[in-house]
Amino acid sequence: MLKTFKIGGVHPPENKLSKDRKIEVLSIPSAVFIPVAQHIGAPSTPVVKKGDKVKVGQVIAQSSSFVSTNIHSSVSGTVKKVDFSADSSGYPKQGIFIDVEGDEWMEDIDRSETLVKDISVDGAEIVKKIQECGIVGLGGATFPTHVKLVPPKGMKAEVLLINGVECEPYLTSDHRLMLEKADEILVGIQLLMKAMNVDKAVIGIENNKPDAIQLLSEKCKTVAGVSVVALKVQYPQGGEKQLINAVTGHEVPSGALPIAVGAVVSNVGTAFAVYEAIQKNKPLFERVVTVTGKGVSKPSNFLVRVGTATSELVEAAGGLPENTGKIISGGPMMGRAISSLDIPVTKGTSGILLMKEEESKREEIIACIRCSRCVSVCPMGLEPYLLMTLGEKQIYDRAESERVMDCIECGSCSYTCPSNRPLLDYIRFGKGKVGQIIRSRKK
Amino acid sequence: MSITVVYTIVTLAVIGATAAVILYFVAQKFKVVEDPRIDDVEGSLPGANCGGCGFAGCRAFAEACVKASDLGDLNCPVGGNDTMGQVATILGLEAVAKDPRVAFIRCNGTCDHRPKTSQFDGATTCAIASSVYSGESDCQFGCLGYGDCYDACEFDAIDLRAGMGVPLILDDKCVACGACVDACPKDLIELRKRMPKDRKVVVACRNMDKGGVAKKACSVACIGCSKCFKECKFDAITIENNLAFIDSDKCKLCRKCAPVCPTNAIIELNFPPRKVKPEVEVETNS
Repeated sequence: MLKTFKIGGVHPPENKLSKDRKIEVLSIPSAVFIPVAQHIGAPSTPVVKKGDKVKVGQVIAQSSSFVSTNIHSSVSGTVKKVDFSADSSGYPKQGIFIDVEGDEWMEDIDRSETLVKDISVDGAEIVKKIQECGIVGLGGATFPTHVKLVPPKGMKAEVLLINGVECEPYLTSDHRLMLEKADEILVGIQLLMKAMNVDKAVIGIENNKPDAIQLLSEKCKTVAGVSVVALKVQYPQGGEKQLINAVTGHEVPSGALPIAVGAVVSNVGTAFAVYEAIQKNKPLFERVVTVTGKGVSKPSNFLVRVGTATSELVEAAGGLPENTGKIISGGPMMGRAISSLDIPVTKGTSGILLMKEEESKREEIIACIRCSRCVSVCPMGLEPYLLMTLGEKQIYDRAESERVMDCIECGSCSYTCPSNRPLLDYIRFGKGKVGQIIRSRKK
Repeated sequence: MSITVVYTIVTLAVIGATAAVILYFVAQKFKVVEDPRIDDVEGSLPGANCGGCGFAGCRAFAEACVKASDLGDLNCPVGGNDTMGQVATILGLEAVAKDPRVAFIRCNGTCDHRPKTSQFDGATTCAIASSVYSGESDCQFGCLGYGDCYDACEFDAIDLRAGMGVPLILDDKCVACGACVDACPKDLIELRKRMPKDRKVVVACRNMDKGGVAKKACSVACIGCSKCFKECKFDAITIENNLAFIDSDKCKLCRKCAPVCPTNAIIELNFPPRKVKPEVEVETNS
């Protein structure tokens, strides 16, 4: 009997079209736009100006507070301007435009492919280096990794959970990374364990990736304290709290962080980025992005420099199919539709999904029939139908007491609703309002 | 049989009398002394309970009026100066005349002016759409057209104009309660001074992008060129963030700014058609 989380969950069609496609290095674009807010927390402050020459890996925006991180140039060339441009929300966000000239890297980056296994630095240095190299959670939430590694006072991490679940349909970037960079990921895990001072790490992988499970289990035999757990395919298992529940059986209390049950969760992509940062001195400026969709002629996994326009990725995957109805940055469940192909790849972009016209349309919304399917699939044990009504009627105090802030916005409720009600739209809206109220109360 | 009836009547009468005595003493003991003027003031208010005065309804407003030492800060936008005059008479205070206001949606980006570049298929409320992304056109400041203002209006003063993309406020029904102002997530609606015959000269745009970007997104966007600013003799026009704004308290409705606007972002409403040789027509606001 395979492990999984205890409450709720759905199993959408997996559609992992690109799982057998090797990671290709995407050619460097002629210009990039690198936003300064690519992580949760305060946006970074640009430290370059128009006309400056930059190299690959150079810091171009400095971390502005503890919960923030550095941004590095992903290309070499000249800074064209520091200006505002639309991000995936359509609203303008500050960023740095760079015209590419050649591909000149910072001298201290080790570009060789050789695997460096020996760990020569101590825990505090690892955390410092992770912060300097601008590493954030690459699963999509983009929470600065160094913040996670320093537990709040009085709490101690006991186990490191590595998220290789990739429960979003279509996406395969983590899967390919596990197959192609297994050794590097394991070194990265050891580095994270050392930084957190724990002696146990568990890699959770869903059962639809048997090759990755087998490979990593094999490699783990030589690494003390690291093991692999195969998990039953269930969305949203990649959610932090769901993964903890699936692997350790603990339940993170409402409103608490995973550290409350002694766990810290990191993505496999993050572990790989940590390896590169510490052992190769390479900051985070590129990542694996899946470009996929049923109409896409060549679904692929690309290693992409941050700041590359979405259009370049789509072009490399065989061009935009004619009947594309929706372009989603991220997976189909939690990703967000984008309104323009000029939007750049950021540290949090795990995939670009091109949906056909006919599969992208929402169905007609009809009345709630009180079937309570949304309640049974909610992985946080909430009552989505109620939270939707509370959001719609703007009854925020009740929404707060019904734990709207616990919602992880996985979209299982909207996915399962037979009346096609936009549950998550209203819940997310209510959550935003309640969040504002809570923040203003603290002031 | 008849005995039963007598017993019943007597018992009920005794219970009733006892309860009446108890109620009388309780009512005396816990009597709430209320200023009788509150009822009078409330009676003179429109009773719409719209909240346009800033209070939780007409009763709360009446209580505030009775407590107040002068009526300068209190205003019922629905009743206007007539109602406030009556309130002042009841309370023996001096009425402070205020300019009546009317709401206006500062966006003229209807479908023919502002092409759609994407489609939104989420929950159709402006609040949700604006929290998800900037909107279906390239103008991130413009009207979303899902009608949160229409839903907020208690006076049927907003015509949704389905298919047009931007609702219309009906001047004769608008009472300037301000409910739509709060409902609009794009902050498009302004309460402007109500002019004679509901005439208006107004910049129907909130686009703060640079001229080129704004013009590309919408053909009637304000590009911040300052031509109107130079034309205005009354200091009614200010330019800020590439956007012109006409202060309705200073505007004299001379209409000189409208013809110089290169994008027709300034619109004039309820005026007679211009003559071929335009004459300067200064409407004084009496």
